Amino acid sequence: MLDRKLIFVTGKGGVGKTSVAAALGLLAAQRGKRVLVCEVDAKGNLADFFEAKPNKFKPQELTAGVYGMAMNTEESLKEYLSLQLHLPLIARVGPLAKSFDFVANAAPGVKEILTVGKFCYEVRERNWDLVVVDAPATGHVVAQLAAPQAIRELVKVGLVREQTQWMVEQLEDPAITGAVLVSAPEEMPVTETIELAHRLVDETEVSLAGVIVNKVLPELFGRGEEEIFRSLQDPEAAAALAGAVGTGIGPVLEGAQLAVTLRRSRAEHLVRLRKELPPGLPLLYLPYLFTRTHGVRTTRAMAEALSAELGY
Amino acid sequence: MTSPVRPGPRAAPRSTLGADDSVRSLEQLLATREIVITCGSGGVGKTTTAAAAAAMAATHLGGKVLVLTVDPARRLANALGLEQFGNVETRVPNELFVQAGVEPRGELWAAMLDTKESWDTLVRTHAPDDKTRDAILANPLYQNITGKFVQSHDYIAMERLYELHSSGRFDLIVVDTPPTRNAIDFLEAPERMADFFSSRLLRWLIAPYRSRMLTAATKPFYSVADRILGSQFLQDIAEFFILFQTMYDGFVERARAVERTLEDRRTTFVVVSTLEAAPVHEAEFFIRALKQRNFHLGAVVLNKVLPAYLLDPDGAEVARQLSFDPAKVAAQLPSSVGEPEQVERVLREMGESYLNYRVVATREAEQRAELASVPDIVCTAPFFDADIFDLAGLLRMGETIWR
Repeated sequence: MLDRKLIFVTGKGGVGKTSVAAALGLLAAQRGKRVLVCEVDAKGNLADFFEAKPNKFKPQELTAGVYGMAMNTEESLKEYLSLQLHLPLIARVGPLAKSFDFVANAAPGVKEILTVGKFCYEVRERNWDLVVVDAPATGHVVAQLAAPQAIRELVKVGLVREQTQWMVEQLEDPAITGAVLVSAPEEMPVTETIELAHRLVDETEVSLAGVIVNKVLPELFGRGEEEIFRSLQDPEAAAALAGAVGTGIGPVLEGAQLAVTLRRSRAEHLVRLRKELPPGLPLLYLPYLFTRTHGVRTTRAMAEALSAELGY
Repeated sequence: MTSPVRPGPRAAPRSTLGADDSVRSLEQLLATREIVITCGSGGVGKTTTAAAAAAMAATHLGGKVLVLTVDPARRLANALGLEQFGNVETRVPNELFVQAGVEPRGELWAAMLDTKESWDTLVRTHAPDDKTRDAILANPLYQNITGKFVQSHDYIAMERLYELHSSGRFDLIVVDTPPTRNAIDFLEAPERMADFFSSRLLRWLIAPYRSRMLTAATKPFYSVADRILGSQFLQDIAEFFILFQTMYDGFVERARAVERTLEDRRTTFVVVSTLEAAPVHEAEFFIRALKQRNFHLGAVVLNKVLPAYLLDPDGAEVARQLSFDPAKVAAQLPSSVGEPEQVERVLREMGESYLNYRVVATREAEQRAELASVPDIVCTAPFFDADIFDLAGLLRMGETIWR
């Protein structure tokens, strides 16, 4: 997964897509890579996972080896214009970019291409060993990844057409580009992950690098232990237990039952996920983290868990 | 499972209506509204909440209630006894309510938002003549915009809502909003659409293709744009916009009307959130945005909330004992429970699990306290053991937030 140059991390809202993107970036950096992590969503909380100030278009160092940037299509256009057209005065680009932003809003695919194009450019220029994109949530990402191809179909001549060619080649090369789907063991996220995996295969040429299931709840009891847990709730045992530790045992027993139930109802979704994903796709599991906050310590814990799952 | 943070039992009804504001409930809110828009970040149970609230309204308030969803979840369709959602409203069979053990006073209807279909309808309505209509429908850019252009979903959702509402066929419409990148996008969608069609930039853009005359002001733009995009593409864009402009008046008028509907007092917004950090952040942002725009924030529904017993101080004390010295406790239990070593492991696991969940429950309680200070109505739905897969399940969830 981390051997590729460009990874798009996507998934349904609420599954922890951004934290996984942050953890992947951190893990790659810990393994000696120079990593750029980019956020595309307007939410802009990627930097929170490193406890850094919000990302801007210009990359900032978040932690050793990990740089962060926030996508901004207008900035991306300005950069593109100054690089490609050698426009002399940046001042002249200002109003032009404004009108262009308007066209970009109206014409489909232009914003997407400016976004994907920037990432492809960073990869092509070998500015980084790895570019991790905190991509839009499911659905939108397909439009984004399919944009270069879609543009090629709409635009018959001109610079854009030439420019999309190398992007398409880069995105289609599994040694360079991959999509990582983040999921959670709940019904809707699993359903969407399965759908998205098939859509990416059908509608884009980007290869799937793997699925990461986040927030997997721990199994409380092993073989035979659940029976013991049940007999603890028998009147005699329950009375003895209450006698030993007090009435506070009530909530603890209820809590354990809740944990068992939650774990079990979620396990079914994992079975379905394994069954319905395209065959041969790597599936990694990250534990639910019972943490107080979501700072850099959580990101580190996730990177560690990922490292173990990847067999490093 | 008890709902953790409900502010105690409701006060007994007083003789004077409205004497006690604290008795406000979702039931009361929905009884006085015609449109309810649920919003919140992805994965918080927005669609389920919308369906549950609509099912409750159909059951208890009566009338014709429509739940309009953008989420084509098969499970929800099944729960409502439908093969699948269609763009056309379908009635949820009455038998389903009977099976769920309730006798509904009204009717529950469901529909899904088909963006492409709705756009086509809109074009058919507003196109000045058949020729323009066909030209627009066949334009590759139009197909791209309606099919893939994300922002068009926001607008069309609001547009369809307006259409259904003004048809007068439903007493209450509960809408679940599309998962937007930015929660307020769809609030601004009608305005943006109107701005878009009346903008000078649009006229500026298409002017040269009309007159074939470049002004001094537009020339540099076109020479650069040509180099980047190729003139064919630009011409396609221009043609599309010229066609679309024929619908200008209808569109702008419509967008304004949609906007007025959203601001109307018969419309209310329900913000749905879990108590995880990111959704709460989004919910807070959204609540502020509603206020700023003078939209009516009716209620906040907190979903998947962990039970209150996880916050019990005695429970925490016992959990600590079990976690640190399970052997001592195991020794005091009857031997029939099981082999001592295994019993110890079970006890330790119970204690540790409780302390783990307690960390999360504590964080959630704090998040809730912060969120609850804003709206008049805060409803809490617990973590349900299983996913909601039928109408009875929806009603069960509905019961937790209704009163």
